[in-house]
Amino acid sequence: MNSHVKNTWSSPRNIRLAAVAIAAVTAAPLLASCSSSSGSKDPLAASKPKAGTVVVGSNNFPESILIGDIYGEALKAKGVNITYKPNIGTRETTYGMLKNGSVTVLPEYNGALLAYLDPKATPTTADATASAIAAKLDPKLTLLDPAPAEDKDSVTVNAATAAKYHLTADSTIADLAKYGNEITFGGSPEFQKRQQGLLGLKSVYGLTPKSYKALDVGGPLTEAALKNNNVQAADIFSTDTTIAQEKMVTLKDPKNLFGFENVVPLVSKTGLPQNGVDALNAVSAKLTTQALLDLNAQVQNDKKDPLAVAQAWLKSAGLA
Amino acid sequence: MNILNFLNTFFSDGANWHGANGIPHRLLEHIQYSAVALAIAAAIGLPIGLFTGHTGRGGYALSAFATGARALPSFGLLVLMTIWLGQLGTTPAMIPLVALAVAPILVTTHEAIRSVDPAPVDAARGMGMTSPSVLFQVELPVALPLILGGLRSAAIQVVSTATIAAYISLGGFGRYIIDGLASHTYSDVVGGAVLVAGLALATIGVFWLVGRLVVSPGVRRGR
Amino acid sequence: MNQYFDMPSDLQHSYVGLIGLHLQEALLPVLFGLLIALPLALVCSRFSWFYAPVLWVTTVLYAIPSLAFFVVLLDYTGDSTTTVMIPLTVYSLVLLVPAIVEGTRAVSPDTVAAATAMGFGSLRRFVQVELPIAVPAIMAGLRLAAVSSISLVSVGAIIGNEGALGNLLHDGQIYHRDPLIITSVVTTAVLAIVVDGLLVLAQVLLTPWQPHGRRAARRAARAAAVDEPAAPRDAVTDAVPAALEDAVR
Repeated sequence: MNSHVKNTWSSPRNIRLAAVAIAAVTAAPLLASCSSSSGSKDPLAASKPKAGTVVVGSNNFPESILIGDIYGEALKAKGVNITYKPNIGTRETTYGMLKNGSVTVLPEYNGALLAYLDPKATPTTADATASAIAAKLDPKLTLLDPAPAEDKDSVTVNAATAAKYHLTADSTIADLAKYGNEITFGGSPEFQKRQQGLLGLKSVYGLTPKSYKALDVGGPLTEAALKNNNVQAADIFSTDTTIAQEKMVTLKDPKNLFGFENVVPLVSKTGLPQNGVDALNAVSAKLTTQALLDLNAQVQNDKKDPLAVAQAWLKSAGLA
Repeated sequence: MNILNFLNTFFSDGANWHGANGIPHRLLEHIQYSAVALAIAAAIGLPIGLFTGHTGRGGYALSAFATGARALPSFGLLVLMTIWLGQLGTTPAMIPLVALAVAPILVTTHEAIRSVDPAPVDAARGMGMTSPSVLFQVELPVALPLILGGLRSAAIQVVSTATIAAYISLGGFGRYIIDGLASHTYSDVVGGAVLVAGLALATIGVFWLVGRLVVSPGVRRGR
Repeated sequence: MNQYFDMPSDLQHSYVGLIGLHLQEALLPVLFGLLIALPLALVCSRFSWFYAPVLWVTTVLYAIPSLAFFVVLLDYTGDSTTTVMIPLTVYSLVLLVPAIVEGTRAVSPDTVAAATAMGFGSLRRFVQVELPIAVPAIMAGLRLAAVSSISLVSVGAIIGNEGALGNLLHDGQIYHRDPLIITSVVTTAVLAIVVDGLLVLAQVLLTPWQPHGRRAARRAARAAAVDEPAAPRDAVTDAVPAALEDAVR
């Protein structure tokens, strides 16, 4: 093979040609990508919003993305300059991003937020929940008005399990505790380590499942595992449309382990102008649990895009 | 908050040493996924690679197949298999891992046989050895170090990639990383990463040992 | 509603935009990897004692799963494409350094001696003689790096929508839109094959002295068959030398 090489290898023209060709081949798709993605923001700048821009974040499940879209579109309608940072991750991640200023507005649930900030708190009223949060919240952050809409974590058993242990809509989590050593419990990875999770189920209701299967945040893995009886009970959001569809039974939580889960905007104090605060409070005033169930059904069952669903609801509620 | 602190937190936590979420159990799961995937990939890749390498046919088809297998995104394939095959059980995780491992095994085996010095092969043929004898008694022993290298390369990628199995609620060391991300427990993430990397390095060690045991001393000296 | 190509709004990109973003997140790291690997390989080939420790370090880095790498970087570089691109740069480096070093080492000592005799210094000899001859080995490394990078970008979806086409996987799951998952997998695989093909093409253009293509390969094989009946090698598989696959630990 070297005999082919000898005549050409040292020609400087060839080498320069080679260098140019390498550069061109590598750069071509990149240049193409830059031009084709024009119109969308520079992805490298995604984590450093410009001053004055409100960043609306959301957690990695559809309802959070949907409410984030509602907040964002409501702010836009009032002339607030926003960018979206949707579908980020879990609270553990998003709370950090609010603190460091890379997110300005985030849809939250007051009880779950409190459980994150203070795992030992056991408030018995919604107001107590709000003041307990205020005491623990990072000084740079504040909660706006909570909406009447609630979406709780819940202990839900599938139809087969409900039949086996005679559990009905009136049964409580304590009724399941007796059968703890027979059931596999499913939920998100983080549920294992949260007070509003396995820890609380044990300390409040004495429920210790035989085993735990880490699935997702009340998402498709959990829904499917519960439906197929791979797990007998699971943490599923109370607004999940699967519960009714699959005749699952949500157990009552009389000791309020899962607290008061009103939808509430968590915002940075300095990042959001007053007209933005007003816009979000107006949204909260109209967002009920029934409205949330309807909107979730449009996204989950009718497969509509959350942004379109958010815009339609704001229009019908007279907020945009 | 540095890496060593994280590691200390992780490894000194007694809860991380026993039970279903303990390191020994997760290690067994991780080894199980990796070993099964590697065995399946080897069962596909070795015979084909030996055959095409020996006959010198199918080089293009093989190279196209390897490119295709490499092009399949492991994580995407994992999610796709999950929705096609159902959520639980190890099969959805096996398919991307096997796809990942098959290309290096196939290509290296083919190349290893092709690159055997033609002189002894000719001599063997001249002595009247049959084609299978030439392959198994001459080409294979000489090509063995390279073939083992391909297997090792595949094994390391599989061990490292088996981490994503945790995304579909399977076990293995990936559990620490996925759960650590979800609950923002960085000591678990770093601990998990170190365990995976450690296992990958241990795999290199195992292949080195296997190489010492099965490669003919004559071939070894020649290298 | 086109269920395969209607992108969910939370991705903030069109289908074409996602492809662009994916290529950018996958290939910029390969380019950076190449830029870092070249001087590193030069040092390794000048001082051969340096190569073993470099190989060890890169092997250890390569053994770190991408997901863990992403998660650990989250605290430093945030939820951004940078977090995805840094590990991919490292992985590219791991593939490219051995490719360049092994490629340049395989240059015949006669060739090196001739260059030295012509008065080439070691840097000039590396750049003008050893590198061009090593192009097939380097391109093999580049192809592996590019293809694996394109595949790994998808994992970025787990750290918060930073996986370009991979984000479709998570969205397909949470919105129960399975076609999006198929779109993601198929598009990513096609991108990898196209980029791989472009790199093969680049190699053909860069090494005009080598026999290429089916016809050339057949011709070479025929020519070889005349001299050496047992060694007809084809040009394409030749580009993925076993030695390189071995170096990709």
